[in-house]
Amino acid sequence: MWWIGIGHAGTLISAILLLLNQGWRNAINRFAEAMTLFAVACAGQFPILHMGRPWLGYWLIPYPNTMALWPQFRSPLDWDVFAVSTYATISVVFWYVGLIPDLASLRDKAHKRYQQVIFGALSLGWRGSAMHWMRYEKASLVLAGLSTPLVVSVHTVVSFDFAISIIPGWHTTIFPPYFVAGAIYSGFAMVLALMIPVRRFYGLEDLITLQHMNNMAKVMLATGLIVAYGYTSEVFFAWYSANNFERFMMHNRQFGPYAPFYWCLIFCNIITPQFLWIAKVRMHMGILFVISLIVNVGMWLERFVIVITSLHRDFVPSSWGYYSPTRWDWAVYIGTIGLFMTLIFLFVRVLPMITIFEMRMLVPSGRVKEPVR
Amino acid sequence: MSEQPSEQRPNLDLGAIRARLDRAQGREYWRCLEELAETDGFQEMLHREFPRQAAEWEDADGRRNFLKLMGASLALAGLGACTRQPTEFVMPYATAPEQLIPGKPQFYATAVTLSGVATGVLMESHMGRPTKVEGNPQHPASLGSTDAITQASVLTMYDPDRSQSIIYLGEIRSFGSFLSMIKGALKDQVAKNGSGIRILTETVTSPSLGAQIGDVLKLFPSAKWHQYEPLGRGNARDGGKLAFGQYVNTVYKFDQADVVLSLDSDFLTGGTMPVRYARDFMSKRRVRGSEASMSRLYAIETTPTATGGKADHRQPVKPSQMAATVRQVAAAVGAGEAGGPATGTTTRFLSALIADLNAHKGSSIVIAGDDQTPEVHALAHAMNSALGNVGKTVFYTDPIEAQPVDQLASLKELLADLDAGQVDILMVMGGNPVYNAPPDLDVAGKIVKAKMRVRLGLYADETSDLCQWQLPETHSLEAWGDARAYDGTVTIMQPLIAPIYPASKSMSELLGVFTDSPEPTSYDLVRAYWQKQHAGTDFESWWRHAVHDGVVKDSALPVKTLAAKAPSASSAANGGDLEVSFHADSFLYDGRFANNGWLMELPRPVTKLTWDNAALVSPATAHRLGLQNSDYVELKSGGHTVWAAVWILPGQPDDSVALQLGYGRNKAGRVGNGAGFNSFLLRTSNQLSFGPVSLRKLGKQFPLASTQQHYLIDDGKSELEEREQKKRGILRGSTVAEYLKNPEFAQEVVETPGKGLTIYPETFKYEGYAWGMVIDLTACTGCGTCTAACQAENNISVVGKEQVLVTREMHWIRVDRYFSGDMQNPSTHFQPVPCMQCENAPCELVCPVAATAHDEDGINNMVYNRCVGTRYCSNNCPYKVRRFNFMRFADLDTESLKMVRNPDVTVRTRGVMEKCTYCIQRISQAKITSEKQDRRVHDGEIVTACEAACPTQAITFGDINDPNSRVAKLKQEKLNYGMLADLNTRPRTTYLAELRNPNPELQAETKG
Repeated sequence: MWWIGIGHAGTLISAILLLLNQGWRNAINRFAEAMTLFAVACAGQFPILHMGRPWLGYWLIPYPNTMALWPQFRSPLDWDVFAVSTYATISVVFWYVGLIPDLASLRDKAHKRYQQVIFGALSLGWRGSAMHWMRYEKASLVLAGLSTPLVVSVHTVVSFDFAISIIPGWHTTIFPPYFVAGAIYSGFAMVLALMIPVRRFYGLEDLITLQHMNNMAKVMLATGLIVAYGYTSEVFFAWYSANNFERFMMHNRQFGPYAPFYWCLIFCNIITPQFLWIAKVRMHMGILFVISLIVNVGMWLERFVIVITSLHRDFVPSSWGYYSPTRWDWAVYIGTIGLFMTLIFLFVRVLPMITIFEMRMLVPSGRVKEPVR
Repeated sequence: MSEQPSEQRPNLDLGAIRARLDRAQGREYWRCLEELAETDGFQEMLHREFPRQAAEWEDADGRRNFLKLMGASLALAGLGACTRQPTEFVMPYATAPEQLIPGKPQFYATAVTLSGVATGVLMESHMGRPTKVEGNPQHPASLGSTDAITQASVLTMYDPDRSQSIIYLGEIRSFGSFLSMIKGALKDQVAKNGSGIRILTETVTSPSLGAQIGDVLKLFPSAKWHQYEPLGRGNARDGGKLAFGQYVNTVYKFDQADVVLSLDSDFLTGGTMPVRYARDFMSKRRVRGSEASMSRLYAIETTPTATGGKADHRQPVKPSQMAATVRQVAAAVGAGEAGGPATGTTTRFLSALIADLNAHKGSSIVIAGDDQTPEVHALAHAMNSALGNVGKTVFYTDPIEAQPVDQLASLKELLADLDAGQVDILMVMGGNPVYNAPPDLDVAGKIVKAKMRVRLGLYADETSDLCQWQLPETHSLEAWGDARAYDGTVTIMQPLIAPIYPASKSMSELLGVFTDSPEPTSYDLVRAYWQKQHAGTDFESWWRHAVHDGVVKDSALPVKTLAAKAPSASSAANGGDLEVSFHADSFLYDGRFANNGWLMELPRPVTKLTWDNAALVSPATAHRLGLQNSDYVELKSGGHTVWAAVWILPGQPDDSVALQLGYGRNKAGRVGNGAGFNSFLLRTSNQLSFGPVSLRKLGKQFPLASTQQHYLIDDGKSELEEREQKKRGILRGSTVAEYLKNPEFAQEVVETPGKGLTIYPETFKYEGYAWGMVIDLTACTGCGTCTAACQAENNISVVGKEQVLVTREMHWIRVDRYFSGDMQNPSTHFQPVPCMQCENAPCELVCPVAATAHDEDGINNMVYNRCVGTRYCSNNCPYKVRRFNFMRFADLDTESLKMVRNPDVTVRTRGVMEKCTYCIQRISQAKITSEKQDRRVHDGEIVTACEAACPTQAITFGDINDPNSRVAKLKQEKLNYGMLADLNTRPRTTYLAELRNPNPELQAETKG
């Protein structure tokens, strides 16, 4: 869930900002999209790894079979399968389509045979003709139009996993909007957390400017406030519902054995981002980096709090327990972080992390020397 | 593991090495010639992180796998040692035994004994394999029900760790070589009148065995027969002798008693008490409609028991205060003199109790517990006499033992003879004195002074270690025998299967060696004995009936009229600032069942602990000594030291530590070895019940696996649980008086949504059958028999301590325990929780592959082979009754354990969810039968495993659509409520609210 949330930012940056014709997105969208893909890949591991019999995971997919058995379409888990797989597909296509002109440039600049072959195959015969550009623009627009609702729908569906169940603390209608906001929030935090060191390390200050950082920080602040609103309304409705189970759950969340996690979460996700009101903070890379890391931790804590505090003391007191992650739980989590970082570094190494052709459009000197075809 | 380090070193090509060295530029180091030659072996060694054998341990589950492997190889070794075919028949019977229909189980009557006391059972047998124990409705101790230990007896029989062959000094021998040795030794004894022969057994109630030992003693007049058992009815026996001057057997009629006083007696669930007592007692407490009369139970206890938990009033007392308190009550009801004012007891409680007892002369019972001293037993007898209960609620008969003795004295006499070097042949038949005798007697040191030590035992245990000969004993389900029940009723026990390990001998067969040649079989011996007893001519028909029914008609012992005298006050009780008291474990008893996984993992009724015993202390004492749950402490008592883990238990008397016996064994087998600590080490012969103890914190933790407090205990934890459970109406209860005033009280706790509140049409109409269950919380004693029966019926796996610690136990029906009221002396409530089979099941909705599906009878079925293991159903189950196979818990490798499984139930594999099915296999069977006969299933035709086993008949199952069924009628009761029904789950399993009958005089302080 955390990974999926992170995944959101990428698509959001590319798609919505493309639709809104926000020029500043260009410098960061490639990187953000790649991050999206990798985060979704990581997220995809979890449901499978947590199944009792992962080799039978394909049973969740509706496919014709001799036993005439279908998955259970009432289950939110099955909706997840559709939502996430659609999202992943669209993201891959969007990302790949965006890469094609650059792959063609790489092909043209390649000196070694194998590079020429590989980039040649991947660029799908892109010659940069006007027709190509026209189709490209259209396709991008269509894909952006497709992905925008997906950004919202995926996390809405993910939140249904909780909202559909009857567990106190899960069974709330606020979850879909609050999850989407939370996802964007954590997504931007992750982009910042990755971008700031990369920008510094590769000396990309001129391409990814402070203005980019400023804008992203603003988005983070806005979504952070939505998330804060979500927390508040959760507390309010737990009280207002007059439901014993909900009230107990909230009380237990705030003062029970996991209370430190909850207050830590409040600190990370509500208090910390308030510094972003200050323009100087938004422009100071060191502080921004720290804040984005804290927000990432906070979002992880949020998931932990939602999942664990609700489950560990639910309806029947005799079955209450105390969960602490086993070393395998940690291993899986750290493993996916490793996978994510590996993929990110491979991406940075092998593919252009900043869109070449769009930068050409942006950089004035480039316009003069080599007009856009 | 079989890989041998037998790698062949290839011949080194020295020429090539030289050539390589010549080619080398600069300095090159090599580790050995093999490296230079780049042999495969060296390359492989380089790439191997660890040397060969060590690599087997790489995986993290190494220990588990190792145990599994060991288990499999041990079991196979056992089978390999026999020369016969495997016991399972792969060919159809060419000439089938009469009435055997493949796939249909058969039932045989027999009995299961504990400390000699028999419970009549019917064994379910599938194609010659006994798989499940049911009670024998004709047997007075059972009336169709059983207890948990009896349920688990079948697993002990199949235990792969049982002693399997005759061992002489570590080597396998034939029975023939044993025979020639023993016969030779016996020849020498003939001249000495057998003065060197000693036979040590546990309590013997078997008439035939008693007679046989008598025959041996006739042949060898100077031989001696000793009996020793650490627990059991010993104190009761000695107490009877103290009161009456002779050994007696006491039979209580709880269905006649209006007031019952339990003195540390766990007569509802404990040890050798017959299941019958719980049933009789609860028959006086059943409230239906406006018939609301109830007996009243008082308990004075040194440690919380399930019986104390069910009591209307309970008083914890320090162990050393027990006798004085009892004396005070006895004096007030006219039995003997008070032993001085008791301290630490609530006099208000005592005066109310005394008034109540005096008001119910002739319809009350005072019963003392097996762990109490003979003095308390004698006082109880005196009180019953004084109250005029004898002949009305309390009856005396001749003892059921073949030869009752003071067992501790008997053991001491044997040890004295051993010390004097008078013992040539020592036969230790059953028992395990090296482990469980008082440590100050030094059994281990003295037993080796016997010249020839022969041991007959189910396991090669601590005692076998010190004997030259270890003979495997037959399990009671493998051999012919007989035994008496609590009232003397005899059951002739028939074997259900040929001994699994053919070398096994029964006790009577081994004794036959002394008298006869050739050695008779146990069948001959038992039959011959009863033929002699039988006066009539038609012995054959009598015998057939007796064996078939599992009960010898009119064999209950005749009632005697006796008058008890109160014993004089004993010398000062050896109390202390901190006292320790010893109690039989609820399920391991004296440790004999330590290798039974079902019993090991069955949560103890009050503590809910599994896999370990603990030093139980009260919250106040824990606070005073700065103790937390799971703290490791050193206990010193009677000159011995034991390390134990602390468990804080509300209701434990202050300044006392209660220890359960039977743990800490090191020769029990794979299951029992190393579980818990051995409290027998503190139980010296002068403090068999209790004694002073000193406690020291070790500053370490020892994790204890409880199924209910899976987390760190915080001080307010218990109160929080209680408050929340009450607010939610999970367990509802009141008093009889309140119930009569307001019978609807159970309905008023929370609002239950009615049907028809949804705009969607009802998917299921339930026009055929609608299976449902009602559990009477008043009758539930929390004994755990339902859980054990379910485990046996449904092939439920044992998961082990590590898994219980992370809440992965697999029991389909659990018994929840809640405390209410004062932490120092709370009332305890039990609530069995199987699957509720909700009509609106939250689990069904969320399964992505529809592996849990509703059927037209309303059962929420699990389709194991469709389950992919997302565990979402379990998350969404408000009752948390779903159990997930996180690992491959089922042991699919051990041969003998394959035979214990119910062939009608799937053995689940790793990664699937499972839960209570209402014993769907039994439902289907009844439905098929009824369809063949073109009728509906009768009420009572389907009995779930838990319902059948429940000693108090607290569980009722049936068809709700049939208005005349018992379950439908119970659902009409005002007390009937659905747990969490306010969630609109519409549970099919409902509860009857718990009622108690507190004394109005004491009511103010009872918060029930």
